[in-house]
Parts: sequence; structure tokens; C-alpha cells
Amino acid sequence: MNLLLDVRDLSKNFNGFEAVKNLYFTVNEGDVYGFLGQNGAGKSTTLRMLLKLIKPTKGEIYFSGKKIEEGDNTILKQTGAIIERPDMYKYLSAYDNLYIFAKMSGIKVSRSLLMDQLEMVGLADRCKDNVKTYSQGMKQRLGIAIALVHSPKLIILDEPTNGLDPQGIADMRNLILRLSREMGKTVIVSSHLLNEIELIANRMIIINKGEKIIEGNVAELLDPANTLVEINTIDNKDTIRKIQETKWASLQETAQKNIRLRMNRKDVPEMISNLASMDVNILSVQPRHSLEDYFLSLTNNDTHVEPFTN
Amino acid sequence: MWSLLQIELYKISKRPRTYISFIAIAGIVLIIQAAFKADPGYLNILMQNVGDTFEVDKSKVINGYFMCYMILNTLLIQVPILVALVAGDAISGEANMGTLRLLLTKPISRTKIIGIKFLASIIYTVGLLVFMALLALFLSMAIFGVDDLLVFRAKADESQILQITKDDIMWRYLAAFAYAAVALTVIAALALFLSVFAENSIGPIVATVCIVIICTIISNLNIPIIDKNIKPWLFTSYLVGWKGFFYIAIDEDNVPIRGSMENWPAIRNSLFILLAHIAVLFGASVWFFKRKDILT
Repeated sequence: MNLLLDVRDLSKNFNGFEAVKNLYFTVNEGDVYGFLGQNGAGKSTTLRMLLKLIKPTKGEIYFSGKKIEEGDNTILKQTGAIIERPDMYKYLSAYDNLYIFAKMSGIKVSRSLLMDQLEMVGLADRCKDNVKTYSQGMKQRLGIAIALVHSPKLIILDEPTNGLDPQGIADMRNLILRLSREMGKTVIVSSHLLNEIELIANRMIIINKGEKIIEGNVAELLDPANTLVEINTIDNKDTIRKIQETKWASLQETAQKNIRLRMNRKDVPEMISNLASMDVNILSVQPRHSLEDYFLSLTNNDTHVEPFTN
Repeated sequence: MWSLLQIELYKISKRPRTYISFIAIAGIVLIIQAAFKADPGYLNILMQNVGDTFEVDKSKVINGYFMCYMILNTLLIQVPILVALVAGDAISGEANMGTLRLLLTKPISRTKIIGIKFLASIIYTVGLLVFMALLALFLSMAIFGVDDLLVFRAKADESQILQITKDDIMWRYLAAFAYAAVALTVIAALALFLSVFAENSIGPIVATVCIVIICTIISNLNIPIIDKNIKPWLFTSYLVGWKGFFYIAIDEDNVPIRGSMENWPAIRNSLFILLAHIAVLFGASVWFFKRKDILT
């Protein structure tokens, strides 16, 4: 796998506030690379530095093995991006917006190219309408078309599911997977939602307060055989006693309020059936997100962590 | 470069605020023309300063050239506000819409982006002046006819009427409009400069207008220390320099010299100072814009 992006010692200081500190990470060609962190962790600042929107205080960025110097637009020629909201010229049509940004990308623009892009994101039949009449999901799709129109190697999506309804989130997720699997694009996608990243990324980085916490393969960082499952029943004491009589007894963890079992995720349905057959009145079974546990264990901070699931 | 400029002009042409200026100019010019057509007596208001000194046949004063001169006198003071409407929106408007970050992720240098925006602002300014020329000069010529131009000049210690023959006028208007274009480009450069720092367009537009008003007031103060040390450096001291093209030189027999100007070196120096303002303001805009972190 070829290295596409190599970030070394990247830092940004805003008037004494260190938004990003000595960040190192690498992205391989073909990766869907998850960029994880809570709000304010430094994700957007880092992505903006990659896109030359923010000037790093220090650090180096290598793209396809070439060091990106000031004034060198190589990375921008090969990158399409949506940073935060997909804002565009609301008083212009989708076609006009796409035309403008395609032209600015320095490619030869034809009507068929633009219509193909609009077709791909499902906006061909509304392409003459002004963007101000679009829903958030449609704007997001147009943003994707703009990001892809010049066939970039790398696509950077900053919180792409923000503000989308559940269907929009699912569509975006599918689109990202298509970009990677069918079109061979490298995608960096930032999110504060761990389950989002888990569903689409093959590699990821977690940052907190501008610093890297961990980077690696999602499959290695996540261990489905070691999922923590929280169970809440009408009579937890009685349930614990009953669990002692099952094969799940050895998997029990101490918990003050809920019953916790560390187990393989695929065994959860069987465990629920067993408990039900023993007349346990189950109120809830919640597989706690392994990434969330991971984050908490690494940051040693369980008081300020936002929920990582939708 | 050309295609990027086309895009910028297309974006400007699609914004409703662009046409406010054209509508305002058309409204003012047409009202003045209609008023003078209906009642030439309005000339008395303009001649208050010289009325006691000279006997003038008012029916012969009003013609297309005179109307244009009078309209320019009235309008060119207001046009900076209209120029600021577009130039002040150039960068800040993009920041406000959120399109600035998308724009700057495209492989075009920031210098080129701001250069194109400035160029588009200049074209818009020239467009305004051409529109003004069409209405104020050519429409006035069509409505009021053509004759010699009488220019009323009020000096500190005397009043003066200069007569320019009708075959010696058109080039003066062309030169005056060209001068006005340079003067208004200073306003565009100022508005663009302020636009670099703002994230909505109201701020730079209002700030530009305030700066123009304050500097105009200072330029009109008659205080020796300001006359000597401040006025020469204020661009507002040169905004009405276009009038110099209509101050015709007079020979020893008090006869106007065809094709002449009373003080060409002063006009030339004014132009240099205005161009220097443009260079400094645009250079500063580029310098700051290249270093600006895009956080919107």
C-alpha cells in the first residue's frame, strides 16, 4: 500500500492556544481514514492545515512523497474537500456552482462531465434550481459532486453527516464506501461519532486536545470478541444470581448499577435468549461501544466525554 | 485568468445588490433631467454664488454638456458608497456565505484570487461610470442638445465663469471619466482591503463609507496645519480632481485657449497620488490575505 499523506510534527498555535500539538499520522492510498475526536479536539484545524486554509505553526506535510512547501498547490490539485458545512453560492444553481468550482480546479469542463457528476449524486433533475431551495442533504450531495469533479486522489470530508437526517447519514455512509471501493479514492473523514467511523473506516486516528491518542487499523483497535455489554433488568440482584448458573458467569464484570458482561458481540442474541428463558425481565441490553471504552481508557477522562453514538 | 475573471463577473452579475447602484444612478440622473426639462429655473440654485457677479442668459446655459457637468458634480460624491457595496463584499461576502474556504481549497493562489476580485471590482466601477456617462452625457445631449459649456467656478476670493466651445468638450469628458475611474478605484481598493479582515460585508462597506466621509470632511477643512501636513496625503483631497479637465487656460486677453488645461501638472500629480493609494491598499490586501487563517 503506497503512502499518500505523511504528516510530521504538525502544530498550530492560535495566540498562545495550542489547537494542534506535534501531530504525526499517515494515510495510505485507498484508505478510508477516520479522524476522530470530540468537538474542539483539533480535527478541523488539522484538516484545514492539510488544505492550506490555516498556516501551520510548525510541521511538515508530504503528499505522494513530496514535501508541500508554502505556495505549492500540489495537494490542492489532488484533493477534494468539504469542510464543515457544504456552503456554496445559494443564489446560483447547482449546475453553476459545479461549473464554477470545476473551472477553479483547473480542469477542462464540459456539460457532460458536470451532468455526470450531478447524476452521480442524484441532483441532475434539480440542477437548474437555485441552491437556496435545496435541503441540507442535497447541499451535502452537491458538495460531494464539487469535491469529486476534478477526479482527486484524496477526498477530505469534515463531519460530513452533521445536520443530516438518518436517511441522509446512511446515504453519505454508502457514498463514502462507494468512493473507496468502486472509485479507489482515498478518503479522510472526520467525526466525533465513533460508530460512524467504525462503520466506514479501515484506519483511524483519535485526537484529544490537539494531541494524537492513538492511530491504527480499526479492526485491530476494535475487538468484537471483547465487547462490553450492559444489561439492566427489573431485579438486577436476582439476574446476577441466575447468570452465575450460566456459561456467562465467568464473563461478568463488576458494576454498581448495571450488570456488565464482557463477551463476543455475536453471542449477545444467545445470551438474551438464555436470560429470557430463565424468566429474567430485561429492561435493556446495551453493547457499550468498544471505541468509546477505548477512548475513555486512553484519555482517563470519563466525565467530559460526549456520547459517541447517535 | 480570463475564465476566472469571467466567473467573478458572473457571480457579481447574479447578486441583486449589484444593481442597486445602477438603479440609484439612473433614478437620480433621470430626476435631475426631468426637473430641468420641466423648469429651467432650477439653474438659479446653482448660480447663487455667481449670480451677483455675472449677467448670464440662463436659457443658453442649459444644454447636454452642462447637464452632464452638473450631474457629475452632484453624483460623483455619492458613487464611492455604491462602489463600496460591491468591493466591500468581495472577500467578506465569500467568508459570510462560507464559500471562501471552498474557494481557497482550489489550486489557485490567494494572490490570484484577490487580484481577480480587485479586477472585477474595477470593472464594476468602470461599468458604473460608463452607465453614468450614457445617461448623464449622451442622454442629456439627446434631451437638451449641444452647445458651448459654461463652467461656474467659485474660488476663495472670486467667482469665475469659463466658456468651453462645444468642439472642445468631448475629450474633456472622456478624460474626466477616466480620472473618476482611477479615483473610484481607490475606494474599491480601500473596501477590498477592509473586506479581507471581515466575515460579513456590512462591516467593510460601512467602514469604507465612514472613512470616505471623515477624510472628505478633513479635506474640506481650511486649517493651515491640516492643509500642509494632512490634506496632501488624503485620497479624498483628489476625488474631485476631474474638474481640472474643465478649468480651461486663459490667455492674456482673457480668451480661453482651445484644448488647454489651467493646471495639468496638478492633475497629473493627483493621478500619481491616487495610483499610489491603490498600490499601497491592494498590496496590503494581498499581504494580509495570503497570511489569513480561514476559520469561517
